[in-house]
Amino acid sequence: MMRAEPWQKAEVPGPLKASVITKPEVVVAMVRRARRPLLIVGPEASQAGLGDRRLIDYAVLIAKAGKMGVVATAQTVGEFLKKGFQGAVWMPAMDIANRLCDPGWKGLDGAGRYDLVLVGGIHYYVEWVILSALKHFAPSLKTVSLDRFYQPHATWSFPNLKVEEWLKQLDLVVSGLEKTGG
Amino acid sequence: MKKSLHLKVKELKTGLGVFRDLELVLGKTITEPWEEPQGPTPFPSAVDLRDWDLKLLSRYRPFYLPYCDLCCLCTMGKCDLTRGKKGACGLNLAAQQSRIVLLACCMGAATHASHARHLVEHLSKIYGRDHPIQVGTGEVEVEAPILRLVCGIKPKTLGDLDEALDYVESQITHLLSATHTGQEGDALDFESKVFHAGMVDQVAMEVADIAQVSAYPYPKADPEAPLANIGFGSVDTSKPVILVVGHNVPPAAYIMDYLSENSLQGSVEVAGICCTAHDLTRYNSKAKIIGPISWQLRFIRSGIPDVAVVDEQCIRTDLLSEAEKAKVPFIASTEKQCAGLPNRTGDPVDEIVKDLVEGKTPGALILDPAKVGEVAVRTAIEVAPKRRKFGALPGQDELVELAKKCTECEECRRACPNDLPIPEAVKAAASGVLTGLADLCAACIGCARCEDACPQEIPIHSGIVKASEEKLREEAYKVRVGRGAIQDVEIRKVGGPLVLGEIPGVIALVGCANYPGGGREVAEMAEEFLKRRFIVVASGCAAMSIGMYKNEDGQSLYEAYPGVFDAGGLVNVGSCVANSHIAGAAIKIASIFARRNLRGNYEEIADYIHNRVGAAGIAWGAMSQKAASIASGFWRLGIPVVVGPHGSKYRRMLLGRKEVESNWYVYDARTGEKVYVGPVPEHLFFTAETKEEALVMLVKLCMRANDTAKGRAIKLAHYVDLHKRYYGVMPDDLHLLVRKETDIPITLRDEVMEILKAEGWRERETPDPTLLERLAKPKEAR
Repeated sequence: MMRAEPWQKAEVPGPLKASVITKPEVVVAMVRRARRPLLIVGPEASQAGLGDRRLIDYAVLIAKAGKMGVVATAQTVGEFLKKGFQGAVWMPAMDIANRLCDPGWKGLDGAGRYDLVLVGGIHYYVEWVILSALKHFAPSLKTVSLDRFYQPHATWSFPNLKVEEWLKQLDLVVSGLEKTGG
Repeated sequence: MKKSLHLKVKELKTGLGVFRDLELVLGKTITEPWEEPQGPTPFPSAVDLRDWDLKLLSRYRPFYLPYCDLCCLCTMGKCDLTRGKKGACGLNLAAQQSRIVLLACCMGAATHASHARHLVEHLSKIYGRDHPIQVGTGEVEVEAPILRLVCGIKPKTLGDLDEALDYVESQITHLLSATHTGQEGDALDFESKVFHAGMVDQVAMEVADIAQVSAYPYPKADPEAPLANIGFGSVDTSKPVILVVGHNVPPAAYIMDYLSENSLQGSVEVAGICCTAHDLTRYNSKAKIIGPISWQLRFIRSGIPDVAVVDEQCIRTDLLSEAEKAKVPFIASTEKQCAGLPNRTGDPVDEIVKDLVEGKTPGALILDPAKVGEVAVRTAIEVAPKRRKFGALPGQDELVELAKKCTECEECRRACPNDLPIPEAVKAAASGVLTGLADLCAACIGCARCEDACPQEIPIHSGIVKASEEKLREEAYKVRVGRGAIQDVEIRKVGGPLVLGEIPGVIALVGCANYPGGGREVAEMAEEFLKRRFIVVASGCAAMSIGMYKNEDGQSLYEAYPGVFDAGGLVNVGSCVANSHIAGAAIKIASIFARRNLRGNYEEIADYIHNRVGAAGIAWGAMSQKAASIASGFWRLGIPVVVGPHGSKYRRMLLGRKEVESNWYVYDARTGEKVYVGPVPEHLFFTAETKEEALVMLVKLCMRANDTAKGRAIKLAHYVDLHKRYYGVMPDDLHLLVRKETDIPITLRDEVMEILKAEGWRERETPDPTLLERLAKPKEAR
């Protein structure tokens, strides 16, 4: 299942496609290198996963370890609150993506533009078009898909993975960030 | 109003001299006075309303979501438009997206225009060009608000509608030509043309619907239109069943006529899918509705129908081969979908029926709707005993055996638009457990891409339908028949409360059935707004989905709520073309309540609606090009539209930036000064990821600059309540939406004031809002 092709097979992009994350250290390094990383988490984050390990749990850990701002789309902000995480800001997916394409936007806290966006938990096809917008109209922004399916418009994306393998990769991202944090 | 006069004279000798090749054309002669003065833009060209469009587009900038990085529309391509690259013609990616949107809207508008043209020609032939336009029985003075507004005409007869259609057809041609290589190249100008396509589409839809409402015995603006039956289970399968699919009702109407004329009513069931079903129940409420567009395969494969008759639009293009598998004779009835069938229009009915019944031909193209009526009924009656409801579904045991072929490759799931967990369900089926497949049915949009993707050729969609067979046959609900227009008296009653904000808004649930998680969410949204005393209007497949759900009292929402255009009313206007009545209601508020002139006065009326009429549309399953053009008609009127997640594939949103203060100024018509009014409405076109997000956004999108303090307080109360319920937190934009302390809902006063203080909020005035400078000068200075 390590194929770098869109999960929804007809969602074929253009010539510029995401590099495949073969090692989770790539994600860790990108976060560490970034001056202003941002995490965007959608409503599927509460469902995607296995047992009591859901994407939203990893999002909390990644946000904390990476010390990054978090945008929760749709009703996901409530899910973060249920997890006891207060640091998420509510904003629709379309709105945050639109602002990220504006070179004059100074970010959620007014401190400046973001240079890295990690995204996960949004419907595959919605995330697909949002990443397409960011690829074309925010070319200096690096994007990483945290979902378990290949997102060709991201800068970096996991290939299509089985759930267990995907969670293992996320575990390594979290532990890598925790190790390199501080 | 009379049609044109065209006089050609080869040679005319007069006292003044000799005239050769003299040609005299009279466009029209006005035979009836209309006191209302003609406005500035009757029959507007593609650029006459460009300034208005650019005003809207400066507030709601396109946010492009490229669906393809390439352009492949000419032989210089394919061209790679990635990251600022231009194509061989010079076009960039943003303009290419809006160009594709314009193409889609032209397709949508052309489809409604063609439908309207056919209806007007057909009905004029049957009822006469002088047949009067009558959309309500005495309660509707403004019979065609869109035609009055856009064209500046007041049609009296079917024949008068020609002029509007001539206009629509010419505009679509101009717009389509702008998409050719080397024509328009500016993204915003494409967007303006998209709005123009949407506006002419509304003209076409209004023509189509007022023509059929006037000629046929449809409910005429009747809030108490009868209830019709909807769902698989509403059909008596012991009788021959005729299925009608599509949007253009004459062939189906002739089926009902033939049954009636031959005393066969009650012995044959006629059931429809998609908008033909809506219009057929308007014609005769004894007809049945099976369901939205996505019910086509499941109903055909069930074997219940004995004949399938298709007309036009949204018909599965493989429906003939599907019908063949279930041995269902197939009749194509319009030139728009000939289905590769032989044209039998000129053949005797007896011969066609014989060939269909004996299976000598799988189907026939019959371009005479009256003949379709007779052939369909006679074929159904003769073939039903032979078919004995032969279906194309596997038996349960066979299904289990087929499921065992599954290799868990997941290709089915990867082909599914909704990413449904099909592999797990098939795996369970292989062990004899079919509940997993059955559970998929509600969220399945019936595309059957899973089957084509399966390398083992497992008929997955059929498996889903088979596993759900029992549940499907229990589907039996009530839907109120499409009533058509909104009465003037209803507009008079609600105009004030709506414009002042005391009725929190009009929510239009419209569009196709490409739902992310099934139709139930549409009904749930409708119920939420009904309980909150919004005016809820519906059309098309969404109107069906609303009916296919029972509340805790066992009633469909159409049984539980009245059909009036008033707070807490649920109004089914009818089929796709009846969407024109939703736009028409907003326009009539400006005309009847506010007494603004409509005639050729588009910009002023759109400005009025945008700033004062709290209305928003939700197309949760928007799929088609028609849905795109319908939405764009509402955008030009300044009415926001929300789409479900699949709507993100429409290539761009029109988004406001609530924090950018300079975007939210209007002129105060009383003083001519520019005044900040806050982000109302915040967006013009928005994709919601979830039902919950859609609900919160829709409530907010009903706020208008003109709301009174009481009205704004009511709207804010709904907004805060839903926001807290679904997001668990207070909204972050209250300081932008509260203008004065009196805007704050009394029960939230302390909590909201605390937030406002933290934001450094200050009270501000509520102006008499307009975006049009020419309307903003003090009256004595105009």
